Amino acid sequence: MVGIVGYGSYVPSFRIKVEDIAHQWGEEPEPVKNGLIVYEKTVPGRDEDTITISVQAARYAIQRAGIDPALIGAVYIGSESHPYAVKPSGTVLIDALGIGPDVHVADYEFACKAGTEAMYVAMNHVRSGEMPYAMGIGADTSQGAPGDALEYTASAGGSAFVMGSEGVVAECEATFSYTSDTADFWRREGREYPMHGGRFTGEPAYFRHVLGAARGLMERTGSAVDDFDWGVFHMPNGKFPLRAATKLGFSKEQIEPGWVVRWIGNTYSGSSPCGLSATLDAAAPGDRILMVSFGSGAGSDAFIWKVTDQIEEVRDRAPRFKDLVERRKTYLDYGRYASFRRKILMND
Amino acid sequence: MREAAIAGIGMTDFGELWDASLRQMFTEAAVAAIEDAGVDHIDSMYVGSMTPGLFVHQEHIGALLADYLGMAGIPAGRVESACASGGLALRMAVLEVLSGASEVVLAGGVEKMTDGVDATDALATAADQEYEAFEGITFPGLYALMARAHMEKYGTTREQMADVAVKNHTNGMLNPRAHFRRPIERADVLTSNLVAEPLRLLDCSPITDGAAAAIVTTTERARELGVPVIRVRASAMATASLALHDRQDLTTIPSVGRAAGRAFEEADMGPDDLDVLEVHDCFTIAELVVMEEIGLVEPGKSGEAVSSGLTALDGKLPVNTSGGLKSKGHPVGASGIAQIFEIVEQLRGDAGDRQVEGARIGMAQNMGGSGASCVAHILEAIS
Repeated sequence: MVGIVGYGSYVPSFRIKVEDIAHQWGEEPEPVKNGLIVYEKTVPGRDEDTITISVQAARYAIQRAGIDPALIGAVYIGSESHPYAVKPSGTVLIDALGIGPDVHVADYEFACKAGTEAMYVAMNHVRSGEMPYAMGIGADTSQGAPGDALEYTASAGGSAFVMGSEGVVAECEATFSYTSDTADFWRREGREYPMHGGRFTGEPAYFRHVLGAARGLMERTGSAVDDFDWGVFHMPNGKFPLRAATKLGFSKEQIEPGWVVRWIGNTYSGSSPCGLSATLDAAAPGDRILMVSFGSGAGSDAFIWKVTDQIEEVRDRAPRFKDLVERRKTYLDYGRYASFRRKILMND
Repeated sequence: MREAAIAGIGMTDFGELWDASLRQMFTEAAVAAIEDAGVDHIDSMYVGSMTPGLFVHQEHIGALLADYLGMAGIPAGRVESACASGGLALRMAVLEVLSGASEVVLAGGVEKMTDGVDATDALATAADQEYEAFEGITFPGLYALMARAHMEKYGTTREQMADVAVKNHTNGMLNPRAHFRRPIERADVLTSNLVAEPLRLLDCSPITDGAAAAIVTTTERARELGVPVIRVRASAMATASLALHDRQDLTTIPSVGRAAGRAFEEADMGPDDLDVLEVHDCFTIAELVVMEEIGLVEPGKSGEAVSSGLTALDGKLPVNTSGGLKSKGHPVGASGIAQIFEIVEQLRGDAGDRQVEGARIGMAQNMGGSGASCVAHILEAIS
């Protein structure tokens, strides 16, 4: 049995409400909130980035796993906002957490799918017998261009997963990846903000790959939607995952715990990983979770996680996702938000 | 006396056709029309498309599409009159057949709008660039001004405008090719997102991909082909000032009155002789004003006429049985030919659930921009 032995998350404490962004641009807030089903999002503090978020999430994951971090044989961080274009995020994390130096480190990238890529590779290193533990992390501090629709949802946060074969909390029963050359969203080297294809990001991109991966996984395993207790989908907004879930036959209740985008926004590579973390907090032993990520460009990684008895022992060794979100919130107005996100031209 | 007839029609589904390119859509519609007519060749071709150059960076589409149709060699060219490009393509085909220069001419329309270009920006090129677009107005804004004027002068209400959209969606549900096949209610229109006050999202036709085609030949040839003979009883066009602010009265669209008037004169008939119409409801207010310009109702009375059901599918004078631009979709250059497709189906008795009983004479009214151009055709079933 191979799977998650420890999981942890982190979201910054700063927030901005969707209505305050709407007011900034002269938009009516209600149609925006209802259209997106997102009410507020997280904002990283001036001293936070993908690395700091990953480190804290990983710390909680290791706490839950209850292992000596030095046993971790590989660390992969997936993000589309690695602080450096050339210099890995993962090396800062390993020294911060006492992992290595005999450790394999790589940074992953594939728009919002980078987190589940890291999880997939880490899990398979353990499955192959290469190492006892490996860690996969998805974290981001993505930006939306001022006045663009993405500004309402691009947020910061992440989750980390220690994979192992002893003390498994959620077994990885099967995976399926669905990938194609679909240019729905991209950012050229050197550019500050990404470009996107408007409505093209819907049916031909998100839905084709998410549903393709989910259906592919169900076909591969001979399973149906009734075999699952929970669904976790990539959350670019509140609407898309709800629609994907409904199309597959899930009820709203089944995606409820993982449907975290409504109050934290889209944490990009952290999106479905955070959804999984929140769902593990609510799941019971024996529950099956279908998790499907999506990364523009485009591709989806689907996983079936089967929760074990270990979840009850491990769950409260670190803060639950809901508590992390609720415990300290500082609301920013648009001006402070713009300043935090370095959208204001300073004289330096 | 040589007379023109529509011998064949073809049309793609209208919608966000992610997997279909401009050339694929056109070819599909054109082949369908050619097969429908049963002709073994076409002499020439006119393609109506507002701006393939802006939408997909492709000009020279007359030659391109003749090539893609497997007919490289025939005379072929694109015609443009903004949203009336399709109607203009038909007019050119009719004139070419009537002149004796050709026997069989294909009139097609196509627009590929979803390839990532800012459609509002591309469509705004149909307005006066120096005095309108440069100042920042777009088409929803121009029609919003017209709506305001109509509401002030005649007391037309938001509810009456909404009823146009409701009616067209009701009809669109019965059209297998329509972009939107779902019912809407008045309240849906009135609470949809504000676009340009007083126009809301559901007052506006959508951004759609699609193509439509018609085969024009002589009535004699149509008889030989053994197809229902749908005579082109009139083909008329009129223009008016481009900029909305040069219009004397914002509650009117003079090019429509002119074109319809010329069509009725050519056909030697009046609005009362029409059994069914397809009109250019780019925005709900457009359908109301067009009804008045064609003379279906007195000026100012269109709102109450729609709300009372005069123009419903089961009303005395059905308008936009296809679902109109609102529900069927509005791939700009294709719309004029799609209107012809619907009228021909009605006159052939092939409109299925949308059939207007005993329809023999129909009008298709296609216009460009805020109404600077209008093409009107009157078709009659004579076999």
